[in-house]
Amino acid sequence: MSKVMKKIKTIKVDVDKCNGCRACELICSAYHAEPRYSSNNPERSRIRLIRKPIEDVFLPVYAGEYAPAECMGRDKYVIEGKEYGECDFCRASCPSRDAFKEPDSGLPLKCDMCEDEEEPLCVMWCLAEALTYEEREEEVEEEVMLSEMETGLKSLADKYGLQNLVDSVARMSQKE
Amino acid sequence: MRYAETGYNLEIDLSRGNIERVETDPKLTEHHLGGLGTNAKILWDRVPPEVEPFSPENLLIFSAGLLGGTPAPGANRTIVSTISPQTQLMAYSMMGGFFAPELKYAGYDKVIFRGKSPKLIYLWIHNDKVEIRDASHLQGKGAVETQELIRQELNEPKAQVAAIGLAGENRVYMASIEQGRSSASRLGVGAVMGDKGIKAIAVRGSKDINVARPAEFMELSNEVLEYIKAREEKPIPGVMPILAGLGSPQEMKIHDEKWHTENFNWGNSRTRRRDYWTKDVEEKWRKTQDNVRTRLISCYNCPMKCGATISVPGIATYMMKCFSKLTYTMAAYSDLDFGFKIAQRATEYGVDGFSTPQVMAFAVELQEAGILTEEDMAGCPSDNEGRFYWLLDRIVRREGIGDVLANGTYWAAQQIGKGAEEYAHNNIKKHEQLPLKLGMLNPVYFLMYSTGEKINITQIEGQFPQAPFPTMEEREEFVKDWIQVPDEKFKDYLLKWDFRGEYSNPYYPTVEASVDIVDWQEKMHYIDDALGMCAGLSSFPLKPPYHIHNYPAFISAALGVDMDEDGLSLATKRNRTLIRAFNVRRGLTRADEKPPENHWKKRFPELEAELLDAYYKFKGWDNQGVPTRESLEELDMAYVAEDLEQRGIIK
Repeated sequence: MSKVMKKIKTIKVDVDKCNGCRACELICSAYHAEPRYSSNNPERSRIRLIRKPIEDVFLPVYAGEYAPAECMGRDKYVIEGKEYGECDFCRASCPSRDAFKEPDSGLPLKCDMCEDEEEPLCVMWCLAEALTYEEREEEVEEEVMLSEMETGLKSLADKYGLQNLVDSVARMSQKE
Repeated sequence: MRYAETGYNLEIDLSRGNIERVETDPKLTEHHLGGLGTNAKILWDRVPPEVEPFSPENLLIFSAGLLGGTPAPGANRTIVSTISPQTQLMAYSMMGGFFAPELKYAGYDKVIFRGKSPKLIYLWIHNDKVEIRDASHLQGKGAVETQELIRQELNEPKAQVAAIGLAGENRVYMASIEQGRSSASRLGVGAVMGDKGIKAIAVRGSKDINVARPAEFMELSNEVLEYIKAREEKPIPGVMPILAGLGSPQEMKIHDEKWHTENFNWGNSRTRRRDYWTKDVEEKWRKTQDNVRTRLISCYNCPMKCGATISVPGIATYMMKCFSKLTYTMAAYSDLDFGFKIAQRATEYGVDGFSTPQVMAFAVELQEAGILTEEDMAGCPSDNEGRFYWLLDRIVRREGIGDVLANGTYWAAQQIGKGAEEYAHNNIKKHEQLPLKLGMLNPVYFLMYSTGEKINITQIEGQFPQAPFPTMEEREEFVKDWIQVPDEKFKDYLLKWDFRGEYSNPYYPTVEASVDIVDWQEKMHYIDDALGMCAGLSSFPLKPPYHIHNYPAFISAALGVDMDEDGLSLATKRNRTLIRAFNVRRGLTRADEKPPENHWKKRFPELEAELLDAYYKFKGWDNQGVPTRESLEELDMAYVAEDLEQRGIIK
């Protein structure tokens, strides 16, 4: 595979600035509603706030790549006196937890940087400036990115087996 | 599909252990909007005036406001309504935090409790699954501690829990309900919760909240955020720092407490210390605050940072909001360090940070006057701070003299006798007020103190400056971008208002202007309390992002109805009148409508009577403060008139 220059879109998270309001979760779910903004439900958000105020843990995490299998990470980390689980920092939708899964279907969700907007809406709605949008150029291996549907299908295949999935699709197309 | 609201209430009969999900009538929402409005309607319909606060017939309602859980920034208030054991009138205490939106996401607008549980329970609401669970193992646990214990027990770290502490369990009249970084503190709602045997309500929701016209609603919400940003860069000049910005007074942020410490009274509203604030005190208090404040924090979907996590070394972390840092400090004539320490214990006990310190200071003053005897205070430490801890423990446990003090200064004074009534001098309608005593009668504040149905001055004011600006330039500057005024005449009221001469207190603002100003301020609060909007972004600060001109658009876009300013004014007038009728039915009379005797040094009985007369008339009430049949009919509430007539209240 060849190397190409790619624009990397990221959200920089400054946990010191987070005020714990969860506006990021709310606006993310509203943006991704169909039709847009017609409903909101933080459970459908692609960003979540790990919020343990008594321990001063305020950690916004946005959804990254889907992970078909559980990893080995179950360690605890203590940073500046605050205890975090290893999973707290993880951006993957994985089989071992509910985070970043569409609550009705269980399919993985991934941050899309709000596609056609100037900046992701969680950044725009974060007046505390805990979230800031960053772009940088990076040389990366050229790769074929999975589309959202492919990611969904892949997770279904992981869950039920590829053959079952193929059979189901075949049955469904016959019914139609 | 219902928009903005879920359309369902939870009805819990604690005596029978019965749980029902009940669909509500959308017409009621159009009439009363939601939140406080529909709470008042339910209480009117179902709680006749004979019902005592601690009767199984009393209802305890937890309600999200109409906009709660929608993207409207700051719509996160829970409105708790019941009969207050303190005042015997309707209590509507409110809290921010995260409870109301979670309740909406679980699929409910309100939780309505009736009856009494034979044993201590907590309610667990998880979307469609609702269960009454045993809470005997949580008996005596702290209100903050309980929230975490329940989350662990349910293995639901995201559950929002509203809980009472020991004070609520023991029906202390100043018991609060604690939740997240907030609490419903005033008027003893925690005592009713304890009386019903409810230790806590835990809720977790993962359903959608819909709005009818999404694009429009988002545009309005974005405008609010933009305005908040712009307003952040433009604090109001010439007012005290805590009032210059938005949000509730930024007590957790600011260090400069000159205004409060020198203008509010110390003890149980006893001593004004005009020269208290020195460089040394300032430096010491700044250090104290910086040392214990871990982070400034918010409620759900709100960019303001009105609360803070507080970690005093050696004491469990808790969350504090607004003014509690000074209430204990000043009641005990102590310093800020003491205030932060004792507030932690008080928060775990679940008590109102306004009333409780005043009741304790009242006890100390009675002791010093020899009215409380050595026997009453047996076992009390002799040092000042120790005495306050001791009193707090006795009050929440209702032990010895604490059992009497637990009923607040009004009832305690009656019970103690021997001249104790003289020391309970800071009540309105039997409820402790801000320890603020001033010189000259202020006509606007006179009306708000006297007539406020909330019986809680701190959240009746807002919108109109508390004092005139000294120069015409400042006044002109202020009114220039004052888009929030419902009418241009309010600008004129402010431009004319002066410190001295013809246009100064008490005869200016004039009677008519005072009534207008109070009506506007009050209206905004009634709108917020129905919508579940935090007063800190609307009815409380000067020049807020929400106002009478953009609220109708929010409601229209959320609900999909056509709401205009007149319609909104009518709905809020309906709510205000219904609560008045409810309280009148419970025995409220004109004689109760007065500020504490010694609130202002200079009083003007004739003017005060004139103010009350004019206010009542403006509201469509008779000169006893009873809504007339005509005005009730105009508000489509003839049924209220009929009830009041049958009882002989309308003659």
